[in-house]
Amino acid sequence: MPKVLISGSACQRFTGGKAELEVSATNFRRLVLELDQRFPGLGKQVEEGMAVAIDGEIFQDAYSAQFGPDSEVVLIPKIGGG
Amino acid sequence: MAKHHVSAVINGEPTEFLCETQQTLLDVLRDEIGLTGSKEGCASGDCGACSVIVDGSLVCSCLMLGCEAEGTTITTIEGIAQGDHLHPVQQKFLEHAALQCGFCTPGLIVASKALLDENPNPTEEEARYWLAGNLCRCTGYDKVIRAVMDAAAVMRGEKAA
Amino acid sequence: MNYITSDLKVVGSRPIRPDGVEKVTGRAQFGADMRMAGMLWGKVLRSPHAHAKIVSIDTSAAEKLPGVKAVVTSKDFPHIANEEAFVGEGPMNFRDLSRNCLAWDKALYEGHAIAAVAATSQAIADAAIELIDVKYEVLPYVIDVEDAMADDAPVLHDDLFSAGVDPKPAKPSNIAKVVTFKKGDAEAGFKDADVVVEGRYTTKAVHQAYIEPHACLCSYNADGQVMIYSSSQGHFMVRAYCSKLLGIDLANIRAVPLEIGGGFGGKTLVYLEPVAIALSKKAGRPVKMQMTRDEVFRASGPTSGATVEVKLGAKKDGSIVAAKQVLKYQAGAFPGSPIGPGCMCGFAMYDIPNVDVVGYDVVSNRPKVAAYRAPGAPISSWAVECAMDDLARKLGKDPIELREQNGARNGTKTHYGPTHQNIGFLETLKAAKNHPHWKAPLKPGQGRGIACGFWFNIGGESTAGCHIAEDGTVVATSGNPDIGGSRASIGMMVAEVLGVPADRVRTIIPDTSSINFSFLTGGSRVTFATGMAATQAAERVVEDLKRRAAQVWEIPVEAVEWKDGKAYPAGSNAGAFEPLDLATLALKAGRTGGPIGSEVSVNAQGAGPGFGCHICDVEVDHETGAVKILRYTAIQDVGKAIHPSYVEGQIQGGATQGIGWALNEEYIYDAKGKMDNSGFLDYRVPVASDVPMIEAVMVEVPNPRHPFGARGVGEVPIIPPMAAVGNAICGATGLRLYDLPMSPPKVRAALDAVAPKMAAE
Repeated sequence: MPKVLISGSACQRFTGGKAELEVSATNFRRLVLELDQRFPGLGKQVEEGMAVAIDGEIFQDAYSAQFGPDSEVVLIPKIGGG
Repeated sequence: MAKHHVSAVINGEPTEFLCETQQTLLDVLRDEIGLTGSKEGCASGDCGACSVIVDGSLVCSCLMLGCEAEGTTITTIEGIAQGDHLHPVQQKFLEHAALQCGFCTPGLIVASKALLDENPNPTEEEARYWLAGNLCRCTGYDKVIRAVMDAAAVMRGEKAA
Repeated sequence: MNYITSDLKVVGSRPIRPDGVEKVTGRAQFGADMRMAGMLWGKVLRSPHAHAKIVSIDTSAAEKLPGVKAVVTSKDFPHIANEEAFVGEGPMNFRDLSRNCLAWDKALYEGHAIAAVAATSQAIADAAIELIDVKYEVLPYVIDVEDAMADDAPVLHDDLFSAGVDPKPAKPSNIAKVVTFKKGDAEAGFKDADVVVEGRYTTKAVHQAYIEPHACLCSYNADGQVMIYSSSQGHFMVRAYCSKLLGIDLANIRAVPLEIGGGFGGKTLVYLEPVAIALSKKAGRPVKMQMTRDEVFRASGPTSGATVEVKLGAKKDGSIVAAKQVLKYQAGAFPGSPIGPGCMCGFAMYDIPNVDVVGYDVVSNRPKVAAYRAPGAPISSWAVECAMDDLARKLGKDPIELREQNGARNGTKTHYGPTHQNIGFLETLKAAKNHPHWKAPLKPGQGRGIACGFWFNIGGESTAGCHIAEDGTVVATSGNPDIGGSRASIGMMVAEVLGVPADRVRTIIPDTSSINFSFLTGGSRVTFATGMAATQAAERVVEDLKRRAAQVWEIPVEAVEWKDGKAYPAGSNAGAFEPLDLATLALKAGRTGGPIGSEVSVNAQGAGPGFGCHICDVEVDHETGAVKILRYTAIQDVGKAIHPSYVEGQIQGGATQGIGWALNEEYIYDAKGKMDNSGFLDYRVPVASDVPMIEAVMVEVPNPRHPFGARGVGEVPIIPPMAAVGNAICGATGLRLYDLPMSPPKVRAALDAVAPKMAAE
């Protein structure tokens, strides 16, 4: 099962301080749904405020971003720019 | 109060306009005559985006009143090219990519022309100090100075256009 | 398709940009250049107080002034409940944006918009705002970030409770958010270190200082349809924000992108457009608004002023074992400083096992922060890169070698989680080390500094099109306002795919009703994401052209190849046909299926991060404290330079902004919290005589996710300069300055502080 690391502290209030979670999802959309099911409100927070880095590559707003059981999956705050 | 009636020669054309006392030459060029090439960046003579040439002198048109233009000869950015024949400064700005957003470009081109009219062989330092009154936030001035020096060489006949 | 290893004919060359002639002749239309028949002039009344309750607003006298056709306040905007709608650069709180455009119950900074009028002349509009009677209850104000965090600080919002704090605070404060990033155990790491350096660095608010003030012309028609002509970094953003703030359907708004005179992040939101639309609706006529330079400084968002505490611990051999950072950023009147990226970027370049970063987003009575080129990163790296220099000195190590030893490479895990892949940091360091500048001799009294920078760059939603006109010439369309030459690079990518010369492709930027959605121009994303869309659009056109050639020749489409702008039979078996060029196929377009063109929308992922390394030589005048930049070299991994001149331009422009941030730029406030230096005379940006030629060195480690290997380039170059200059001053004088800007009085004071000691020695 893929392990997801939630970076930063913004989401820890949903997970009771836990930063690393084991999930069964294999793409970003399913990840959001699964997180929201386990920790109500977290899914929306992740979908709207976070990007997902899969093996170092950053995906923003991409339901189809896929990962496997051995992928490094990290949720980081969304990046903007100037 | 009644408006002032002003006559001047602008870009080689005898021109008449009406203006209020407090309207600057920049206001008049842009809002009364429709020559919007000169830009307002600060309205206090600090940025040079409104640069024009009045009776041979480089001037911030935001620091001059419209009614002061009576009887003068004015060149704006719109009068730098001759028909579809670009001035060497304009051509070199394009070749050297000396503009990014292009907002300060009219002022810089007018100021550069004024520089080369007065000093056809400036050093890099002389060019930088002359153009210090024209702010550019995009380019860091590097390609601007290269373009001006290159245009100067063309105008001195030292190289082909 | 991927062209990274292809033999390129257009990409990488330096053609003249398609919009160049109109810019050098003054014909290009910027925000303030538009006119419409019957238009009125709009003007905003702004708060003279840094913090005040708005007790009442009486507009009656203004309304009666002959020539005044409309007056609006926040009552003319629909009330927005506390919600965040995620449109635009990161989460934008529309309630805050609405109150920023026109204040609700409080003036939160000097310059905050209170009301606006539309009148038949600028003079009447100016007179009318003087007649608006506002009763204020002046409140104590706070501006400095640490002052705003104090327990007894005046609180701006009584409904703001710090997020990221556990348990949730009972009292409101000015601390909007606390963020933390941890890796390993920093405390243990520091105990293990042989050498520790620490520093407390401070910065002031600085403005993007684009030369073009905000300007727009808006027309609300009787049927509820709206035209907006404005300069912005995203006309789809303008449409979206105006729609949200005013409750107008998106399709009823047509936002036309005029040329933009600089943005750098400061025009990724709206200030005037919603107000102009509200005025136009009330007056029944188009309304033109433009900010004065004074208003730009007082009322549009500069970036954060900040304090950053940094601590580094290393072993004797130079390996950094622990790093700590505490960052406090001003957000301005509403939450939303770039504290997140600030926390992530400072140590992103280094492979450090134990890291502890804490950041605070703090509101205070100054304009709402707007993005400024790599938002958050320059401030963070100012501190880290100065500390790295101090560490190198303490260890007796060369500053480039220290960074090489600890530098991030492919496979390095960052302190904020993801592992770096396909990055070019070591390559930029190597290029710096091998550059003649690094070894050039220095005269006495001169100093050399080096500093590095990292930025993520983003991709995102983009649309671009490729249309073949009936004579075979090409129009490319881009959904993104051009702030740095992207029309040229997009046209070049299209030309490369089609196999035609660059000047056969003209690139334009259609309005929001004429092209599909494109996310705004920023985040160094346009050449990457919109370029990707444009490349795909051109590829679809090529596939279509091959199909049409196959139809003309009556052969299978697999037997057609496209090369250098022509269709060829692929091999002699296909048939002895003469090649068909674009012009010939375009002429037959109707007979082969209809007009030829394609528009592609993407949500581009895989934007590769960028790294930069800058080398700066300075000379310090001990009498005046003035710092002269003698030589400057900016090295950056750009992936692939599509149009090298405009990539160099981004590097040179960003570096110069950083130099201004380092040496002179700052917001100066008086005792009442009003900005003292709201003009270009006293807000001192670099002028032509302040800087030398800036050598831009482009290292190309291709980004495999972009068809041509491009990375975003625009933001990285503003990150290294402050520390590069600070480290050079340290080299020249032996003095470490901790407070930006390092302006002459401060440098002189630092020199004076050691002078008596030196005289005594």
